[in-house]
Amino acid sequence: MVKGKINNIAVEVDEGVSILDAAKKAQIKIPTLCKHPDLPPGAGCGLCIIRIKGTPKMLRACCTPLEEGMEITTHDPEIVAVRRTVLELILSNHPNDCLQCGRNNNCELQTLVADFGIRQESFQKFLPDVPKDDSTRTIVLDPQKCIRCGRCVKVCQEMQNVWALSFLERGFCTRISPAGDIKLADSPCIRCGQCSNHCPTGSIVELDETARVWELLQDQDKHCVVQIAPAVRVAIGEAFGYPLGTNLTKKLYALLRRLGFKAVFDTNFGADVTIMEEANEFIQRLQKGKGHLPLITSCCPGWVDFMEKFHPDMIDHFSSCKSPHEIVGVLSKTYYAEKNNIDPKKIVVVSIMPCTAKKNEIIRSEEMYASGSQDVDVALTTRELARMIKQAGIDFVNLPDENPDHLLGDYTGAGVIFGATGGVMEAALRTAYFLLNGKNMEKVELNQIRGLDGVKVSEIPINGKRIRVAVAHGLNHVEYVLDQVREAEKNNKEMPFHFIEVMACLGGCVGGGGQPYGVTDELRAKRAAGIYQDDKSSKQRCSHENPFVQQLYKEFLGAPLSEKAEHLLHTHYHARPVYAK
Amino acid sequence: MGAKIVFIKDTAVNQDTTQDFYVHFSNILRENALEGKVQVVRVADIGIYGQGLVVKFPEENIIYANVQEKDLKNIVDKTVRDGQVIKELLYQPEPKQLRIVLRNCGEIDPENIDEYIAKDGYRALAKAINDYQPEQVIEELKKSGLRGRGGAGFPTWLKWKLTRETPEAQKYVICNADEGDPGAYMDRGVLEGDPHSVIEGLILAGYAIGASKGYFYVRAEYPLAVERIEKALKQAYDCGFLGKNIFGSSFSFEVDIRLGAGAFVCGEETALIASIEGRRGTPRPRPPYPSVKGLWGKPTAINNVETLANIPPIILKGGAWYASIGTEKSKGTKVFALTGKVKNSGLVEVPMGITLREIVFDIGGGMFSGKGLKAIQTGGPSGGVIPKEYLDTPVDYENLQKLGSIMGSGGMIVMDEDDCMVDIAKFYLGFCVDESCGKCVPCRIGGYQMLNLLNKITESRGELTDLDSLKRIAVAMQKASLCALGQTAANPVVSTIRYFEEEYKDHIVNKKCRSHKCKHLLNYNVIQEKCKRCRVCVINCPVNAIEGDKEKGFFVDPKTCVRCGKCYEVCKFNAIFKE
Repeated sequence: MVKGKINNIAVEVDEGVSILDAAKKAQIKIPTLCKHPDLPPGAGCGLCIIRIKGTPKMLRACCTPLEEGMEITTHDPEIVAVRRTVLELILSNHPNDCLQCGRNNNCELQTLVADFGIRQESFQKFLPDVPKDDSTRTIVLDPQKCIRCGRCVKVCQEMQNVWALSFLERGFCTRISPAGDIKLADSPCIRCGQCSNHCPTGSIVELDETARVWELLQDQDKHCVVQIAPAVRVAIGEAFGYPLGTNLTKKLYALLRRLGFKAVFDTNFGADVTIMEEANEFIQRLQKGKGHLPLITSCCPGWVDFMEKFHPDMIDHFSSCKSPHEIVGVLSKTYYAEKNNIDPKKIVVVSIMPCTAKKNEIIRSEEMYASGSQDVDVALTTRELARMIKQAGIDFVNLPDENPDHLLGDYTGAGVIFGATGGVMEAALRTAYFLLNGKNMEKVELNQIRGLDGVKVSEIPINGKRIRVAVAHGLNHVEYVLDQVREAEKNNKEMPFHFIEVMACLGGCVGGGGQPYGVTDELRAKRAAGIYQDDKSSKQRCSHENPFVQQLYKEFLGAPLSEKAEHLLHTHYHARPVYAK
Repeated sequence: MGAKIVFIKDTAVNQDTTQDFYVHFSNILRENALEGKVQVVRVADIGIYGQGLVVKFPEENIIYANVQEKDLKNIVDKTVRDGQVIKELLYQPEPKQLRIVLRNCGEIDPENIDEYIAKDGYRALAKAINDYQPEQVIEELKKSGLRGRGGAGFPTWLKWKLTRETPEAQKYVICNADEGDPGAYMDRGVLEGDPHSVIEGLILAGYAIGASKGYFYVRAEYPLAVERIEKALKQAYDCGFLGKNIFGSSFSFEVDIRLGAGAFVCGEETALIASIEGRRGTPRPRPPYPSVKGLWGKPTAINNVETLANIPPIILKGGAWYASIGTEKSKGTKVFALTGKVKNSGLVEVPMGITLREIVFDIGGGMFSGKGLKAIQTGGPSGGVIPKEYLDTPVDYENLQKLGSIMGSGGMIVMDEDDCMVDIAKFYLGFCVDESCGKCVPCRIGGYQMLNLLNKITESRGELTDLDSLKRIAVAMQKASLCALGQTAANPVVSTIRYFEEEYKDHIVNKKCRSHKCKHLLNYNVIQEKCKRCRVCVINCPVNAIEGDKEKGFFVDPKTCVRCGKCYEVCKFNAIFKE
């Protein structure tokens, strides 16, 4: 521990803690636009300058650790004046179209400018003449709004290990772009959207498809159904002032009906179906030797894209099961259509997802058209839904609670924990245990694979066998796990794991790229806690117990891994080039 | 072996005429069947400047200056054949210089290690390895008071001590030879003239900090320097000064060369490290300092060429000897690249504490234009201008800083009344704007905005508020930039405003550039009394801005005129004025 004084307030922090973080302990907020709690300091913006007694220079609080006995001034007239100049310089290189910007009212730069009370443009405006890039149809890159803080580049390279984004050129012409100045769609980008989630301005935002959904809802000829992903329910409240992690499932059902959806389903139901398929797949591989072990989860589209581009040698290990929202999509246009006698061509499926990659997943291969047309028509992010609620003028906070529509709406605790890292694994093991033992686990919570450690490794005893599992989230943690598999394969040794879960985003879907801004580990933990609470309070906590899932198999699919299930609920993977051209 | 002849171009002449000279000389030698007796070597620097072509016989220490082609026959006949001295051609040396770094430049063949060894070369290394513990080497450096010659003046011994004390098995030393200041070529002079002294300094650094590997980071624009370092390294390996178990000790040391791709900012140590590692050459925040986490995350000491060339003499003669030279806080000597409107331009090495006046007038021979000295620019794009009132200031780190400039790596440009201070500031700032890596806001946007304001002022669009904006942005750049490039990029502007604010105001208010440099502020017209109505100016004007006829006379239309100066040039009767 080191002790120091910040603005004359004594603080004590661990060694190595930056002055920026130490100041928070003294209730002082030092402004910054480039430092993000998820990322190492980039030192790009120059706003967090402070003064240390005895040092002539001003130093950056983000990358200067507090040292024993330091006396620090974070705000004095000269420091504030320099910060103001720096902010004005940023503004001179940033367009003034705040009103039409995807981050209006939610922009870190805009907020700081308002806080500083900047009322005029002191310097001549110079804007780079670079076009927007919406080639991915998921996220939109607008280099003109970029303040070169470097967060997205760090996220893409260091946190996600994708290396789609980098800086090009230098000096005043520096800009973000995929290397080689190609389109984002042709780059290694996996559409995880973490760049958009970490961008302080509107330079990278999700492709807004709310207008299309409004249109579809207006269309009397269409039968619009909707589903919400597990992680959405614990994050949407952030846009409406709820305490972090509040579970708003039932209000969301009410809301979506009021928006005009004819049926309100839940992706958690799809998750329960996924588990039925995936648990059976796992047992087949484990007991009958059909297919490769370890089995690797495949419900995260960012991860699937990453695997197909960077680790195609792992294709055989992948679960062929589709992701939960695709399952709800295809079942809506088959099972639900059949049961309610609706023309599937009229059904429109909208998915509310914490994820930008889902926008890409819905068209990723021909198997996503298993119902005969596109199984999911539109994927909206949590952020887009928040905007729709506000546009519709609905008082979300005071909505009554409602229930989902049956058939594809009821879920178990196992379905909801899909939204947090380790959840898919936990849910699958609950059902796998039942399938092997004929009874449920005594304690269904597998705490050893919950939490925010980048890689979680554990052994779960099932039927006398110790099942070795690994859970990784944040793609920079994946290689560590896969390399162990490769090493064993190369040396013909026993596999280090039987089952691996990977989620592209830190924390799993609760930390997804389409979630509300301002994500930190603390926030991820709170969102996950909301999800685990939902599980805990569920009557049924294992997917196989879901009566509607049972009914689905009885009436429609037959059994897990049946021919019909394989056709509708499973997919294939193909190696893809890292660079499209 | 016969004597060797060394010669060099006159640095005051832009062209290198030594090639023709070399051919001619060789021909005469061959005609006289003397080609086996002497070897002719061309060198980049011999330590003598403004003396035309110089021929030097190192063994006899005969130096001829201002040699013409016609003198060659005489030299061959008398000196080469008979060893006679031709008094008329003898060079009169300057007494003010003290050559420690440049001690061997022009004295020895830089491509021959034997000549370096004959000049006590690698003796310091032997002494250190045989007689000193690494800590004692650092102790000796501490006594010497040597400070980094790259510009910041950080005590070299402290840098080494910090690197040595970081617990880690693998450490590195790097020679920073990414010299890039406009007009500065001290490092090039040393690397081309005496590469072994730098290599010896690098090995000593490795020994002192406990590194087994060193790198030369040299800019690719110095091909001769690279070639000579490569040769010198090979020779040093062959002689056992590099490689395993040097001098039979347990100390082993390897050196590799890495070429810089031309980015000025890669002279900044963290950007340099990124560049060697193959990443984008941008500075990163410090701490951790390279002495703790440097190349490949290992403790690394980075020293400038000139710093390293100082090390062998310090070890040989002792830190106390070195500390006896210079001022209280700035010890030893400093090499400057003296250029601009001075008679003898070139590299000069002077003891710290000498005055600017002595450098410019005693060594440099005074102004070459015949006009009055206006200011001296030191420290390159990170430095500032020092007006003539301060010519008697003793040169050291602190004094230059007090005057708003810096020592920098050693550029020194002498300016006269024809130099416009706004234009000078614009030149240096423009350089830094071009070379900014673009990482941090104050440098990336601040520099660009300041340059825009300077352009405004020199293009007659200036307003008085621009001066306030310039000052305000400059403070933000100095205080909030991440690396030294950004922190100092505004210095040329700040110091010119500090000493020459009137000149700025002249540009802004009166729309006049008193040095006639800023062409947008110039006005051309015809002096009717002198005009002979020859129409040469009318014919030559590219935009037909000169109107009138032979009866009424000719006039320049200022609205059409593009200030190209063509009329002024072509008029044979001096009948065009510009102001």
